Amino acid sequence: MIPEGFEYAAPATLNDALALLAEYGEDAKILAGGHSLIPMMKLRFASPTHLVDINNIPGLSYIKEEGGYLHIGAMTKEVELEESRIIRDKYHIFTDASKLIADPQVRNFGTIGGNIAHGDAANDHPAVMIALGAEVEITNSTGSRWVSIDEFFYGFYTTAVQQGEILTALRMPALNGKSGTSYHKLERKVGDYATAGVAVAITMNDDGTCKSAGIGLTNVNPLPLRAKRSEEALVGTRLTDEDILRAAQYAAEDCSPNDDLRGSEAFKRDMVKVITKRMIKKAISRA
Amino acid sequence: MHEIKFKVNGVEQIASVESRLLLVHLIRENLSMTGTHIGCDTSSCGACTVLIDGKSAKACTILAVQANGKDITTVEGLATAEGLHPIQEGFKEAHALQCGFCTPGMMLRAVELLEKNPNPTEEEIRWGISGNLCRCTGYNNIVKAIQYAGAKIRGEEVPSTEPEFV
Repeated sequence: MIPEGFEYAAPATLNDALALLAEYGEDAKILAGGHSLIPMMKLRFASPTHLVDINNIPGLSYIKEEGGYLHIGAMTKEVELEESRIIRDKYHIFTDASKLIADPQVRNFGTIGGNIAHGDAANDHPAVMIALGAEVEITNSTGSRWVSIDEFFYGFYTTAVQQGEILTALRMPALNGKSGTSYHKLERKVGDYATAGVAVAITMNDDGTCKSAGIGLTNVNPLPLRAKRSEEALVGTRLTDEDILRAAQYAAEDCSPNDDLRGSEAFKRDMVKVITKRMIKKAISRA
Repeated sequence: MHEIKFKVNGVEQIASVESRLLLVHLIRENLSMTGTHIGCDTSSCGACTVLIDGKSAKACTILAVQANGKDITTVEGLATAEGLHPIQEGFKEAHALQCGFCTPGMMLRAVELLEKNPNPTEEEIRWGISGNLCRCTGYNNIVKAIQYAGAKIRGEEVPSTEPEFV
Protein backbone atom coordinates (compact mmCIF):
# COMPACT_ATOMS: atom_id res chain seq x y z
CA MET A 1 0.00 0.00 0.00
CA ILE A 2 1.37 3.39 -1.00
CA PRO A 3 0.03 6.78 0.09
CA GLU A 4 -1.40 9.23 -2.43
CA GLY A 5 1.14 11.75 -3.66
CA PHE A 6 2.03 14.69 -1.42
CA GLU A 7 4.71 17.35 -1.02
CA TYR A 8 7.20 16.83 1.82
CA ALA A 9 9.18 19.44 3.74
CA ALA A 10 11.41 19.07 6.80
CA PRO A 11 11.97 22.56 8.23
CA ALA A 12 14.82 23.13 10.70
CA THR A 13 13.05 25.64 12.96
CA LEU A 14 9.64 25.98 14.58
CA ASN A 15 9.07 29.33 12.85
CA ASP A 16 9.73 27.78 9.44
CA ALA A 17 7.34 24.94 10.25
CA LEU A 18 4.61 27.39 11.30
CA ALA A 19 5.16 29.44 8.14
CA LEU A 20 4.83 26.32 5.97
CA LEU A 21 1.65 25.25 7.75
CA ALA A 22 0.19 28.72 7.18
CA GLU A 23 1.18 28.62 3.53
CA TYR A 24 -0.17 25.13 2.81
CA GLY A 25 -3.49 25.58 4.60
CA GLU A 26 -5.91 22.99 5.83
CA ASP A 27 -4.73 20.06 3.70
CA ALA A 28 -1.29 20.05 5.32
CA LYS A 29 -0.49 17.60 8.12
CA ILE A 30 2.32 17.56 10.66
CA LEU A 31 4.57 14.48 10.60
CA ALA A 32 5.83 13.62 14.10
CA GLY A 33 6.42 9.91 14.77
CA GLY A 34 4.16 9.12 11.84
CA HIS A 35 2.99 5.79 13.20
CA SER A 36 -0.69 6.80 13.21
CA LEU A 37 -0.55 9.13 10.21
CA ILE A 38 1.42 7.04 7.71
CA PRO A 39 -0.76 3.91 8.16
CA MET A 40 -3.83 6.14 7.63
CA MET A 41 -2.24 7.59 4.49
CA LYS A 42 -1.40 4.12 3.18
CA LEU A 43 -5.04 3.06 3.69
CA ARG A 44 -6.08 6.37 2.02
CA PHE A 45 -8.08 7.36 5.12
CA ALA A 46 -5.94 10.50 5.06
CA SER A 47 -4.60 12.20 1.94
CA PRO A 48 -2.82 15.40 2.95
CA THR A 49 -1.41 17.49 0.12
CA HIS A 50 1.61 18.48 2.20
CA LEU A 51 3.52 16.87 5.07
CA VAL A 52 5.53 19.11 7.36
CA ASP A 53 8.07 16.85 9.12
CA ILE A 54 8.98 18.40 12.49
CA ASN A 55 11.60 15.79 13.42
CA ASN A 56 14.51 18.05 12.47
CA ILE A 57 13.44 20.88 14.78
CA PRO A 58 15.70 20.94 17.86
CA GLY A 59 14.42 21.55 21.38
CA LEU A 60 11.09 19.73 21.23
CA SER A 61 12.21 16.61 23.10
CA TYR A 62 12.82 16.75 26.89
CA ILE A 63 11.56 15.48 30.24
CA LYS A 64 12.24 17.75 33.23
CA GLU A 65 10.82 18.90 36.55
CA GLU A 66 10.95 22.68 36.91
CA GLY A 67 8.94 25.35 38.72
CA GLY A 68 6.52 22.86 40.24
CA TYR A 69 5.72 21.14 36.93
CA LEU A 70 6.80 18.08 35.03
CA HIS A 71 7.50 19.34 31.50
CA ILE A 72 7.51 16.97 28.54
CA GLY A 73 8.43 18.13 25.03
CA ALA A 74 5.93 17.18 22.34
CA MET A 75 8.49 15.22 20.30
CA THR A 76 9.58 13.08 23.25
CA LYS A 77 9.38 9.49 22.06
CA GLU A 78 7.62 6.72 23.96
CA VAL A 79 10.96 4.92 24.33
CA GLU A 80 12.42 8.01 26.00
CA LEU A 81 9.56 8.03 28.51
CA GLU A 82 10.17 4.33 29.14
CA GLU A 83 13.86 4.84 29.79
CA SER A 84 13.78 8.19 31.63
CA ARG A 85 15.17 8.02 35.18
CA ILE A 86 12.75 10.62 36.60
CA ILE A 87 9.78 8.84 35.02
CA ARG A 88 10.89 5.44 36.33
CA ASP A 89 11.49 6.79 39.84
CA LYS A 90 8.44 8.98 40.25
CA TYR A 91 5.87 8.96 37.44
CA HIS A 92 4.98 5.28 37.26
CA ILE A 93 1.85 6.02 35.25
CA PHE A 94 4.00 6.64 32.14
CA THR A 95 6.01 3.47 32.65
CA ASP A 96 2.73 1.54 32.90
CA ALA A 97 1.31 3.23 29.78
CA SER A 98 4.41 3.20 27.57
CA LYS A 99 4.88 -0.54 27.98
CA LEU A 100 1.36 -1.07 26.63
CA ILE A 101 1.51 1.38 23.72
CA ALA A 102 1.96 -0.44 20.40
CA ASP A 103 5.28 -2.34 20.32
CA PRO A 104 9.00 -1.58 20.77
CA GLN A 105 9.65 -0.54 17.16
CA VAL A 106 6.66 1.81 17.13
CA ARG A 107 7.71 3.25 20.51
CA ASN A 108 11.10 4.11 18.99
CA PHE A 109 9.24 6.62 16.78
CA GLY A 110 5.85 7.43 18.30
CA THR A 111 5.78 10.70 20.27
CA ILE A 112 3.68 11.79 23.25
CA GLY A 113 2.64 14.97 21.42
CA GLY A 114 1.47 12.99 18.41
CA ASN A 115 -0.43 10.54 20.59
CA ILE A 116 -2.41 13.45 22.08
CA ALA A 117 -2.70 15.72 19.00
CA HIS A 118 -4.13 12.81 16.99
CA GLY A 119 -7.35 13.38 18.95
CA ASP A 120 -8.29 9.72 19.23
CA ALA A 121 -10.04 8.58 22.44
CA ALA A 122 -8.52 5.13 21.81
CA ASN A 123 -4.99 6.48 22.39
CA ASP A 124 -3.53 6.04 25.87
CA HIS A 125 -1.88 9.34 26.77
CA PRO A 126 -5.09 11.41 26.83
CA ALA A 127 -6.38 9.49 29.87
CA VAL A 128 -2.96 9.75 31.51
CA MET A 129 -2.99 13.52 30.96
CA ILE A 130 -6.50 13.77 32.43
CA ALA A 131 -5.44 11.86 35.57
CA LEU A 132 -2.40 14.13 36.01
CA GLY A 133 -4.32 17.36 35.31
CA ALA A 134 -2.06 18.32 32.41
CA GLU A 135 -2.01 21.39 30.20
CA VAL A 136 -1.10 21.41 26.53
CA GLU A 137 1.09 24.09 24.94
CA ILE A 138 -0.11 25.13 21.50
CA THR A 139 2.14 27.38 19.40
CA ASN A 140 1.26 29.51 16.40
CA SER A 141 2.96 32.37 14.57
CA THR A 142 1.89 34.91 17.21
CA GLY A 143 2.98 32.94 20.27
CA SER A 144 2.00 30.12 22.60
CA ARG A 145 -0.91 29.38 24.89
CA TRP A 146 -1.66 26.73 27.49
CA VAL A 147 -4.91 24.77 27.20
CA SER A 148 -6.27 22.52 29.96
CA ILE A 149 -6.52 18.88 28.89
CA ASP A 150 -10.23 19.08 29.86
CA GLU A 151 -10.77 21.64 27.09
CA PHE A 152 -8.41 20.09 24.55
CA PHE A 153 -10.47 17.35 22.84
CA TYR A 154 -13.28 18.59 20.60
CA GLY A 155 -14.35 15.41 18.82
CA PHE A 156 -13.08 12.47 16.77
CA TYR A 157 -9.66 13.57 15.42
CA THR A 158 -10.38 17.22 16.29
CA THR A 159 -8.68 19.13 19.09
CA ALA A 160 -7.88 22.66 20.24
CA VAL A 161 -4.89 22.63 17.84
CA GLN A 162 -6.14 24.74 14.93
CA GLN A 163 -4.92 25.12 11.38
CA GLY A 164 -1.42 26.62 11.35
CA GLU A 165 -0.67 25.54 14.93
CA ILE A 166 1.62 22.94 16.50
CA LEU A 167 1.32 21.13 19.84
CA THR A 168 4.74 21.91 21.33
CA ALA A 169 4.76 20.79 24.98
CA LEU A 170 2.88 19.31 27.93
CA ARG A 171 3.10 20.23 31.57
CA MET A 172 1.50 18.76 34.66
CA PRO A 173 1.80 19.56 38.36
CA ALA A 174 4.89 17.78 39.73
CA LEU A 175 3.99 14.92 42.06
CA ASN A 176 4.84 15.79 45.63
CA GLY A 177 4.26 14.27 49.03
CA LYS A 178 2.23 11.10 49.32
CA SER A 179 1.26 10.61 45.67
CA GLY A 180 0.85 7.53 43.53
CA THR A 181 -0.13 6.97 39.90
CA SER A 182 -1.03 4.00 37.72
CA TYR A 183 -2.36 3.02 34.30
CA HIS A 184 -3.60 -0.18 32.77
CA LYS A 185 -5.44 -1.10 29.64
CA LEU A 186 -7.01 -4.37 28.71
CA GLU A 187 -5.82 -5.24 25.21
CA ARG A 188 -6.52 -8.36 23.17
CA LYS A 189 -2.96 -8.49 21.91
CA VAL A 190 0.13 -6.29 21.67
CA GLY A 191 -0.52 -3.33 19.39
CA ASP A 192 -4.29 -3.34 19.80
CA TYR A 193 -6.30 -0.38 21.02
CA ALA A 194 -7.66 -0.65 24.54
CA THR A 195 -10.81 -2.66 25.19
CA ALA A 196 -10.86 -0.37 28.22
CA GLY A 197 -8.10 1.63 29.93
CA VAL A 198 -7.92 3.54 33.21
CA ALA A 199 -5.40 6.13 34.44
CA VAL A 200 -5.31 7.09 38.13
CA ALA A 201 -3.41 9.68 40.17
CA ILE A 202 -3.99 9.87 43.94
CA THR A 203 -2.51 12.27 46.50
CA MET A 204 -3.08 11.62 50.18
CA ASN A 205 -2.99 13.81 53.27
CA ASP A 206 -0.68 12.94 56.18
CA ASP A 207 -3.63 11.43 58.04
CA GLY A 208 -4.21 8.93 55.22
CA THR A 209 -7.28 10.59 53.75
CA CYS A 210 -7.49 11.32 50.03
CA LYS A 211 -6.43 14.88 49.18
CA SER A 212 -6.97 14.73 45.45
CA ALA A 213 -7.81 12.16 42.78
CA GLY A 214 -7.53 12.19 38.99
CA ILE A 215 -9.11 9.42 36.91
CA GLY A 216 -9.06 9.26 33.09
CA LEU A 217 -10.64 6.59 30.87
CA THR A 218 -9.38 5.27 27.50
CA ASN A 219 -11.55 4.12 24.59
CA VAL A 220 -14.86 3.80 26.43
CA ASN A 221 -16.32 7.16 25.43
CA PRO A 222 -16.49 9.30 22.25
CA LEU A 223 -13.93 11.65 23.88
CA PRO A 224 -11.24 10.80 26.44
CA LEU A 225 -13.24 10.93 29.66
CA ARG A 226 -12.57 12.36 33.09
CA ALA A 227 -14.41 10.16 35.61
CA LYS A 228 -15.48 13.17 37.65
CA ARG A 229 -17.99 11.50 39.94
CA SER A 230 -15.41 8.80 40.76
CA GLU A 231 -12.80 11.43 41.66
CA GLU A 232 -15.26 13.29 43.90
CA ALA A 233 -16.26 10.03 45.54
CA LEU A 234 -12.67 9.51 46.70
CA VAL A 235 -11.61 12.96 47.90
CA GLY A 236 -11.82 13.30 51.69
CA THR A 237 -12.39 9.58 52.28
CA ARG A 238 -10.01 7.13 53.96
CA LEU A 239 -9.90 5.16 50.69
CA THR A 240 -11.51 2.08 52.15
CA ASP A 241 -12.50 -0.84 49.92
CA GLU A 242 -16.03 0.50 50.01
CA ASP A 243 -14.95 4.00 48.88
CA ILE A 244 -12.88 2.50 46.05
CA LEU A 245 -15.68 0.23 44.90
CA ARG A 246 -18.10 3.17 44.80
CA ALA A 247 -15.68 5.19 42.65
CA ALA A 248 -15.17 2.21 40.31
CA GLN A 249 -18.94 1.75 40.00
CA TYR A 250 -19.39 5.43 39.06
CA ALA A 251 -16.71 5.16 36.35
CA ALA A 252 -18.51 2.15 34.85
CA GLU A 253 -21.82 4.06 34.90
CA ASP A 254 -20.50 7.39 33.56
CA CYS A 255 -18.59 6.18 30.49
CA SER A 256 -20.27 5.41 27.20
CA PRO A 257 -18.63 2.47 25.43
CA ASN A 258 -19.77 0.97 22.12
CA ASP A 259 -20.43 -2.65 21.31
CA ASP A 260 -17.67 -3.65 18.92
CA LEU A 261 -15.27 -6.46 18.09
CA ARG A 262 -13.47 -5.86 21.40
CA GLY A 263 -16.57 -6.63 23.44
CA SER A 264 -20.10 -5.68 24.34
CA GLU A 265 -21.02 -2.46 26.09
CA ALA A 266 -21.81 -4.38 29.27
CA PHE A 267 -18.48 -6.21 29.20
CA LYS A 268 -16.58 -2.95 28.76
CA ARG A 269 -18.42 -1.32 31.67
CA ASP A 270 -17.50 -4.32 33.81
CA MET A 271 -13.88 -3.99 32.75
CA VAL A 272 -13.86 -0.25 33.52
CA LYS A 273 -15.11 -1.10 37.01
CA VAL A 274 -12.51 -3.83 37.59
CA ILE A 275 -9.57 -1.86 36.20
CA THR A 276 -10.57 1.35 38.02
CA LYS A 277 -10.69 -0.54 41.30
CA ARG A 278 -7.30 -2.16 40.67
CA MET A 279 -5.63 1.04 39.48
CA ILE A 280 -6.84 3.05 42.49
CA LYS A 281 -5.37 0.38 44.77
CA LYS A 282 -2.14 0.31 42.79
CA ALA A 283 -1.82 4.11 42.92
CA ILE A 284 -2.39 4.06 46.70
CA SER A 285 0.22 1.33 47.14
CA ARG A 286 2.74 3.50 45.29
CA ALA A 287 1.96 6.66 47.29
CA MET B 1 11.57 14.35 -6.06
CA HIS B 2 14.03 14.55 -3.16
CA GLU B 3 17.74 13.85 -3.32
CA ILE B 4 18.68 11.87 -0.23
CA LYS B 5 22.02 10.67 1.13
CA PHE B 6 22.17 7.84 3.61
CA LYS B 7 24.19 4.77 4.56
CA VAL B 8 23.10 1.17 4.28
CA ASN B 9 25.29 -1.36 6.11
CA GLY B 10 28.12 1.18 6.12
CA VAL B 11 27.95 1.95 2.39
CA GLU B 12 27.08 5.52 1.29
CA GLN B 13 24.02 5.70 -0.93
CA ILE B 14 22.42 8.50 -2.90
CA ALA B 15 18.89 8.22 -4.21
CA SER B 16 16.28 10.38 -5.83
CA VAL B 17 12.94 9.54 -4.22
CA GLU B 18 9.32 10.54 -4.46
CA SER B 19 7.84 11.82 -1.17
CA ARG B 20 5.48 8.88 -0.89
CA LEU B 21 8.08 6.14 -1.42
CA LEU B 22 8.31 3.96 1.70
CA LEU B 23 11.67 3.05 3.18
CA VAL B 24 11.04 -0.68 2.72
CA HIS B 25 10.54 -0.15 -1.04
CA LEU B 26 13.67 1.97 -1.28
CA ILE B 27 15.64 -0.89 0.29
CA ARG B 28 14.03 -3.77 -1.61
CA GLU B 29 13.43 -2.22 -5.01
CA ASN B 30 15.90 0.63 -5.51
CA LEU B 31 18.77 -1.13 -3.72
CA SER B 32 17.69 -4.72 -4.57
CA MET B 33 18.30 -5.85 -1.01
CA THR B 34 15.44 -8.28 -0.47
CA GLY B 35 16.41 -9.57 2.98
CA THR B 36 14.05 -6.97 4.46
CA HIS B 37 10.59 -8.48 4.05
CA ILE B 38 7.11 -7.04 3.65
CA GLY B 39 4.58 -8.97 5.71
CA CYS B 40 1.43 -7.21 6.88
CA ASP B 41 2.31 -3.80 5.42
CA THR B 42 0.43 -2.22 8.37
CA SER B 43 3.22 -1.97 11.00
CA SER B 44 1.89 -4.97 12.91
CA CYS B 45 4.14 -7.90 12.00
CA GLY B 46 7.72 -6.61 12.14
CA ALA B 47 8.97 -8.53 9.07
CA CYS B 48 10.24 -5.21 7.63
CA THR B 49 12.28 -4.31 10.74
CA VAL B 50 15.61 -2.56 10.06
CA LEU B 51 17.86 -0.46 12.29
CA ILE B 52 17.90 3.31 11.75
CA ASP B 53 20.81 4.84 13.66
CA GLY B 54 20.75 1.68 15.77
CA LYS B 55 17.04 1.88 16.59
CA SER B 56 14.74 -0.88 15.36
CA ALA B 57 12.12 0.49 12.99
CA LYS B 58 9.29 -0.82 10.85
CA ALA B 59 10.38 0.21 7.36
CA CYS B 60 6.84 -0.10 5.96
CA THR B 61 5.75 2.85 8.11
CA ILE B 62 8.63 5.23 7.46
CA LEU B 63 9.09 7.37 4.37
CA ALA B 64 12.25 6.87 2.34
CA VAL B 65 12.84 10.62 2.47
CA GLN B 66 13.04 10.36 6.29
CA ALA B 67 16.17 8.22 5.85
CA ASN B 68 18.11 11.28 4.66
CA GLY B 69 21.34 11.48 6.69
CA LYS B 70 20.60 8.25 8.54
CA ASP B 71 22.60 5.06 9.01
CA ILE B 72 20.55 1.97 8.17
CA THR B 73 21.35 -1.64 8.98
CA THR B 74 19.56 -4.50 7.24
CA VAL B 75 19.98 -8.25 7.67
CA GLU B 76 22.57 -8.18 4.86
CA GLY B 77 24.79 -6.09 7.16
CA LEU B 78 24.85 -8.41 10.17
CA ALA B 79 27.57 -10.88 9.17
CA THR B 80 31.15 -9.66 8.79
CA ALA B 81 34.27 -11.09 7.14
CA GLU B 82 34.97 -12.84 10.47
CA GLY B 83 31.71 -14.74 10.33
CA LEU B 84 28.11 -14.67 11.47
CA HIS B 85 26.78 -12.11 13.94
CA PRO B 86 26.07 -13.74 17.35
CA ILE B 87 22.32 -13.40 16.74
CA GLN B 88 22.65 -15.24 13.40
CA GLU B 89 24.67 -17.94 15.09
CA GLY B 90 22.02 -18.17 17.81
CA PHE B 91 19.22 -18.59 15.27
CA LYS B 92 21.23 -21.33 13.54
CA GLU B 93 22.16 -23.18 16.72
CA ALA B 94 18.71 -22.98 18.33
CA HIS B 95 16.86 -23.77 15.11
CA ALA B 96 14.95 -20.52 15.58
CA LEU B 97 13.36 -20.50 12.15
CA GLN B 98 11.00 -22.66 10.21
CA CYS B 99 9.79 -20.81 7.11
CA GLY B 100 12.25 -17.98 7.77
CA PHE B 101 10.00 -15.12 6.73
CA CYS B 102 10.06 -13.33 10.09
CA THR B 103 13.75 -14.11 10.72
CA PRO B 104 15.48 -10.95 9.38
CA GLY B 105 13.12 -8.68 11.34
CA MET B 106 13.37 -10.83 14.47
CA MET B 107 17.17 -10.72 14.34
CA LEU B 108 17.41 -6.96 13.86
CA ARG B 109 14.93 -6.36 16.68
CA ALA B 110 16.99 -8.71 18.88
CA VAL B 111 20.18 -6.81 18.03
CA GLU B 112 18.77 -3.59 19.50
CA LEU B 113 17.25 -5.44 22.47
CA LEU B 114 20.64 -6.99 23.36
CA GLU B 115 22.44 -3.71 22.72
CA LYS B 116 20.30 -2.07 25.43
CA ASN B 117 20.08 -5.08 27.72
CA PRO B 118 22.71 -7.78 27.10
CA ASN B 119 21.27 -10.04 29.80
CA PRO B 120 17.49 -9.98 29.40
CA THR B 121 15.13 -12.27 31.29
CA GLU B 122 12.84 -14.53 29.28
CA GLU B 123 9.97 -12.12 30.00
CA GLU B 124 12.02 -9.16 28.79
CA ILE B 125 12.85 -11.04 25.59
CA ARG B 126 9.19 -11.88 24.97
CA TRP B 127 8.12 -8.26 25.56
CA GLY B 128 11.11 -7.14 23.49
CA ILE B 129 9.98 -9.09 20.42
CA SER B 130 6.29 -8.36 20.93
CA GLY B 131 6.23 -6.30 17.72
CA ASN B 132 7.44 -9.25 15.61
CA LEU B 133 5.10 -12.04 14.62
CA CYS B 134 6.21 -15.58 13.75
CA ARG B 135 3.28 -17.34 12.10
CA CYS B 136 5.06 -20.68 12.34
CA THR B 137 4.75 -19.87 16.09
CA GLY B 138 8.33 -20.85 16.73
CA TYR B 139 8.78 -18.41 19.58
CA ASN B 140 10.38 -20.80 22.08
CA ASN B 141 13.41 -21.39 19.88
CA ILE B 142 13.58 -17.69 18.98
CA VAL B 143 13.81 -16.87 22.70
CA LYS B 144 16.60 -19.46 23.04
CA ALA B 145 18.44 -17.98 20.07
CA ILE B 146 18.37 -14.54 21.69
CA GLN B 147 19.58 -16.01 25.00
CA TYR B 148 22.39 -17.72 23.07
CA ALA B 149 23.38 -14.47 21.37
CA GLY B 150 23.23 -12.61 24.69
CA ALA B 151 25.63 -15.08 26.30
CA LYS B 152 27.95 -14.88 23.30
CA ILE B 153 27.94 -11.06 23.38
CA ARG B 154 28.61 -11.08 27.15
CA GLY B 155 31.58 -13.39 26.51
CA GLU B 156 30.04 -16.21 28.55
CA GLU B 157 29.74 -19.86 27.73
CA VAL B 158 26.80 -20.27 25.38
CA PRO B 159 23.85 -22.26 26.71
CA SER B 160 23.28 -25.70 25.27
CA THR B 161 20.69 -25.28 22.57
CA GLU B 162 18.58 -28.37 22.26
CA PRO B 163 16.01 -27.12 19.80
CA GLU B 164 12.42 -27.88 20.65
CA PHE B 165 10.42 -29.70 18.02
CA VAL B 166 6.82 -29.63 19.05
